[in-house]
Amino acid sequence: MSRIIKFIFIDILKNRIVLLYTLLLAGFAWSAFSLEDNSTKGLLTLLNLILLTVPLVSILFSTIYIYNSAEFIELLLSQPIQRKAIWVSLFLGLSLSLVVGFVVGAGIPILVYAPSDVGLMMLAIGCIITVVFVAIAFLSAILSRDKAKGIGISIMLWLYFAILFDGLVLFLTFQFSDYPIEKAMIGISALSPIDISRILILLHLDVSAMMGYTGAVFKDFFGTSLGFALSFFILLLWIAIPFLVSLRRFKHKDL
Amino acid sequence: MTYIFTYRFIPFSSQGMGFGCEAKLLLLFLLLPYLGIGKTIRVGQGQQFVKIKPALAASHSGDTVVVEKGTYSEGNIVIDKAITFLGHNLPVLDGHRKFEVVSIKSDSVTIRGFRIQHSSYATLDDPGGVKVYESNHITIADNYLYDNFFGIYIQYGKHCLIQNNKIVAFGKEEQQIGNGIHCWKSDSLQIIGNNVSGHRDGIYFEFVTHSVIWRNVSYSNIRYGLHFMFSNDDAYFTNLFRNNGAGVAVMFTKNVVMMNNTFEQNWGDAAYGLLLKEISDAYIQGNRFSQNTSGIYMEGTNRILVEKNSFEANGWGMKIQASCMDNTIQNNNFTGNTFDISTNGTLVLNTFNNNYWDKYEGYDLNKDNLGDVPYHPLSLFSVIVEQNPPAMLLYRSIMVMLLDKSEKILPSLTPENFIDHQPLMHALKL
Repeated sequence: MSRIIKFIFIDILKNRIVLLYTLLLAGFAWSAFSLEDNSTKGLLTLLNLILLTVPLVSILFSTIYIYNSAEFIELLLSQPIQRKAIWVSLFLGLSLSLVVGFVVGAGIPILVYAPSDVGLMMLAIGCIITVVFVAIAFLSAILSRDKAKGIGISIMLWLYFAILFDGLVLFLTFQFSDYPIEKAMIGISALSPIDISRILILLHLDVSAMMGYTGAVFKDFFGTSLGFALSFFILLLWIAIPFLVSLRRFKHKDL
Repeated sequence: MTYIFTYRFIPFSSQGMGFGCEAKLLLLFLLLPYLGIGKTIRVGQGQQFVKIKPALAASHSGDTVVVEKGTYSEGNIVIDKAITFLGHNLPVLDGHRKFEVVSIKSDSVTIRGFRIQHSSYATLDDPGGVKVYESNHITIADNYLYDNFFGIYIQYGKHCLIQNNKIVAFGKEEQQIGNGIHCWKSDSLQIIGNNVSGHRDGIYFEFVTHSVIWRNVSYSNIRYGLHFMFSNDDAYFTNLFRNNGAGVAVMFTKNVVMMNNTFEQNWGDAAYGLLLKEISDAYIQGNRFSQNTSGIYMEGTNRILVEKNSFEANGWGMKIQASCMDNTIQNNNFTGNTFDISTNGTLVLNTFNNNYWDKYEGYDLNKDNLGDVPYHPLSLFSVIVEQNPPAMLLYRSIMVMLLDKSEKILPSLTPENFIDHQPLMHALKL
């Protein structure tokens, strides 16, 4: 299995797109930190990168890569290797290379300019978000044999999680503004990995505003070690569930 | 005797009397020991008096009573003569939670250098560590007030000086603890360099006029660090208010000057760096508001000038309710706040001039350090959150960013005249 991972990892590095992605992230991150006079504004720029660009690149690149590796997968299947091992190594290889890309591109400037708890949090969340969207890409790639359709599903899912979901939540808060919906909002936020990540960072970045009454409800949940652990657990579920579903389908798929 | 003594407290009044008068006064002071007034009485183990009360009974106005190191549990100590009451090596006056510790019922008393602790607790007569009853020219300085119901309590006092006291209590609930320095119906007080923590309000003013509060530190009090009610013509400078339950409140007051103070880490839904309610003609300058849920909250506030203040990393820099009018906010720095300004209505009767907003994205073609594009400090999302607080959870999402950007370009929901026409391009050095 480790040989397959190594093979995929090297293949992706040769591909140069991940290299470009790393350079792009590095360019954004270094300029964000050096142009702004305080590191908080640099972190905000990075937050937008993490919430928008990182999921997009992760999901699109992974989906396309899986479709393009169809022949490679078929070749591996002809060997005496378990289907599970192939799929897992593909996942690990992709995740690893994208996470390395993120850490090298955005992680180093974060550690240089903002080695605070917010910075470390962002680094951790950027890595997790990358893996989450790789997992979602595996799901959307396995759902359809048609490449265009698979990529379409990926883009739709990204659009949904990155933008539409928040619009929906905003709409709901206005519809139910007469009710005490603070606690329900916490539950709803678990339905989008981008939302949970954003809130976890928000609690560190805007701590003063989050100490207001409503914010305090969120702070009481996400700010405690239990809530913190729970939200990370939910993020891990966001990795595990899409990937395990895709793995199940891959095992039984007629290729 | 009293006549001579008062001159010690108003040294400047002798200036206008000419040389002859001064010389006579000096002569009088030199002769004091021989006249048999102003003698020094010592209290302590092996001294003339072992207990304080007999010493006080034996003293006359103008005397100095010096108390040596030790613990004195003598119930309520009443000072009803114009004496100087000095502690040597911080003697302890203990009320054992049964008595008000020191009661001052005479003019021109000085109390200095004591550790005053464990006053009684009673909501009807508000006992304090030191309580001044209708007396003038009192000095309370360099004392350590520990675990009292009220720390220092001035009632109908004039020309009193409260200086360099350390006041510590351990209140858990608002109802069960009094204020650190409580002043009621007083005039011309000076509250200087005190350090107050753990009380209900650190410093409390009600019907106090022409007074100054300078260089105090008030922190971790249950309610307000400083609480003003109906107290006109006062000023407070260079104080530090940190981590109080609800920050600082100035209410129902005219002509207050607030300068060079620091308000920080007042966190909570009802916590404000500075709460202004029904205030007119105040001047707020050179203060620093840092990491508060709301830097300044204004309600029913008129004709206030807010200038050269720095608002850093607050949840809301300023919350200006629609009931405020004719206020001017100019030359302030707004940096790193979640929301710079918020309001609850569409009516805007206040003026914003030449402030620095770190969220400003305009340009300055003629390089006069003034932005060429007006700045709308009120973001759409702050209006949304004002109406619908749980929406706060969506802050910094892409959706909200898009909404805010489109509102900045085409204001539709935010009041159009909520505007800084000439924002500064660079932060002021404050």
